[in-house]
Amino acid sequence: MSENRDWPLYEIFIRARGGLDHKHVGSVHAADARMAIEHARDLYTRRQEGISVWVVRSVDIVASDPAESDALFEPARDKVYRHPTFYDIPNEVETL
Amino acid sequence: MYTQGLNEPSGKSQAQPVVEDAERLRRFQARIDAEEKIEPKDWMPDAYRQTLIRQISQHAHSEIVGMLPEGNWITRAPTLLRKSILIAKVQDEGGHGAYLYSAAETLGISRAEMIDQLLSGKAKYSSIFNYPTLSWADIGAIGWLVDGAAIMNQIPLCRCSYGPYARAMIRVCKEESFHQRQGYDVMLKLARGTRGQRFMAQDALNRWWWPSLMMFGPSDGASQHTALSVRWKIKRFTNDELRQKFVDFTVPQAQFLGLTMPDPELCWDAAENRHRFGEIDWREFQDVLKGNGPCNRERMAERRAAHEDGRWVREAAIAHAAKHAARAAA
Repeated sequence: MSENRDWPLYEIFIRARGGLDHKHVGSVHAADARMAIEHARDLYTRRQEGISVWVVRSVDIVASDPAESDALFEPARDKVYRHPTFYDIPNEVETL
Repeated sequence: MYTQGLNEPSGKSQAQPVVEDAERLRRFQARIDAEEKIEPKDWMPDAYRQTLIRQISQHAHSEIVGMLPEGNWITRAPTLLRKSILIAKVQDEGGHGAYLYSAAETLGISRAEMIDQLLSGKAKYSSIFNYPTLSWADIGAIGWLVDGAAIMNQIPLCRCSYGPYARAMIRVCKEESFHQRQGYDVMLKLARGTRGQRFMAQDALNRWWWPSLMMFGPSDGASQHTALSVRWKIKRFTNDELRQKFVDFTVPQAQFLGLTMPDPELCWDAAENRHRFGEIDWREFQDVLKGNGPCNRERMAERRAAHEDGRWVREAAIAHAAKHAARAAA
């Protein structure tokens, strides 16, 4: 009913340190992307938790449906041979 | 705690009883029992959703209204360092409100609806913020006792079954410890200060002790929501369990300060390995919840004024963003 009275919602991703991935931390409302970055700075990095921020409009995120996750992820379930531990290598064989 | 108003009938979920799919409900409970987290797009019973919306939004409102009693002392903090600390703490409270509003929004309620509920008086917030901050020592007492009580309640919430709420609480708890310690530090300086300062500290303790105990909500016998919330792992401990723990932790801290708890019945029960304490004035608690505390009207008037005063800023920011988007497109 009152959705349009809010500033748009942005999802926030923060890189904590150089070498790490950006990680989802939450969301903020902002009038535009630049304000979203500033709000994210104020909200999620008050204690030096980040060195880089990504902001993405929440409506632009397309997510898989949890109700269909069985079907979606089923193909990976019976392929144990993808894992190195599937193979028995004799102890005598080194560096493999 | 910050969600004492949960005992009020919610209206929405009762007016529209939803016929739940028994099999889905069984699988949902099985996931909860297996300590799995429920995420926003997962199926959940309507009552679970409504309970969480009410609990999280009340918690958020409490953080936002909680900025007012302490904000009252920012301009009068005794030193520049104390002032910087207090600003940082009040900013944290605003941040906690924002984390929590975000978590509630994942359940399908908009930020604007929640703000409407707060400003119209429909939504509750913690009774504690309807007491006045009369002296600088109150800032110490709030950090030590009010934030201390909040931590007691919030640490178990980090394991709440609803993922976004649990993650918000982890963030909040990391910051809350600073709040409690700076408060105790204020009390410590006063307790070691002049006679007048010691008097201030004792006076603040006298006024904040009982309201802090009320923060844990009605006693277990009178709380209607505990059983279901425990089954759904929204709540891990009952109000009385948390209150007892808080008393046991806090009494020695007061002794260290050389201050006296304003409760003649308070004593150590060696047999039960816990403190015994006097009966809370539940009439006062109910009265404050109903809107008749010392500062209810003032707090709401201030929130409404802040919201109205900010209206042109919100509108201007949107107009500015639209103008720049149009220019970029042209």
